[in-house]
Amino acid sequence: MPATVFLALAALTLVSAGIVAFSKNIIYSTLGLLGTFLGIAGLYVTLSADFLSAVQILVYVGGTLTLILFAVMLTARIDKMKVSNPSGGIVPAFVLVALLLVALGTVAAQTAWPSEARPVMPSTAKLGHAFLGEYLLPFELGSIVLLGAMIGSVVLARRAVKRSWEKG
Amino acid sequence: MNSIPLEYFLLVAALLFVIGAVGFLLRRNLLVLLMSIELMLNATNLTLVAYNRFRPENHAGQIFAFFVIAVAAAEAAVGLAIVLAFFRVRRTIRSDDADLLRN
Repeated sequence: MPATVFLALAALTLVSAGIVAFSKNIIYSTLGLLGTFLGIAGLYVTLSADFLSAVQILVYVGGTLTLILFAVMLTARIDKMKVSNPSGGIVPAFVLVALLLVALGTVAAQTAWPSEARPVMPSTAKLGHAFLGEYLLPFELGSIVLLGAMIGSVVLARRAVKRSWEKG
Repeated sequence: MNSIPLEYFLLVAALLFVIGAVGFLLRRNLLVLLMSIELMLNATNLTLVAYNRFRPENHAGQIFAFFVIAVAAAEAAVGLAIVLAFFRVRRTIRSDDADLLRN
């Protein structure tokens, strides 16, 4: 049973990722991204990371994906989009990436990982204590980063409108 | 309880990362580039959480994944704002057209 669930979630994740990377229609790419995020959230559940799975759905599906959809609707000419640049770079890209995959696969297969998983334990309370204890400084720095990103994206994306009281 | 070995999760994450890398290298649409970056960050997160499943003493892997998610959200917001500003200037989102500094 766990194997079936894992295989289904992995297939959902990887097929949707393939749609994201190779679809000619950018709407399909965006919907593929939805499948990938949901598949990853499911894989988190099988890894007993319950709180992180909820965060994944909230942040990625609720936030990032909505943002990307807005950007798609605001910018893209959806009908005509070429998959890749024909003027080169495809073969080196595939060679580079195949080498990367071989390296990662070799490491994953040959390292002696701990074979049995630890017993499942709830993670939410421990994560909360860790964030407000040991990891307090990175936590607050993260909120500053998010605030800076919010202000920065508003400044970048706004239209440069000149008010009547502005000079020059 | 969990009979799936760690290697399988690592393999799925590696494949996801590679798909994201191929998309990032081949596509010329700025929005698809950003989506490919999200794919690669998700693959990294999956690796971290899988490690955490097998060494869950202090949940360091999950906490690291949280910070990755936070930075990824910031990156997506700023990146999309840059794409929008670029579209205002050039009326396109092909990354090949971002060549103002070239000539």
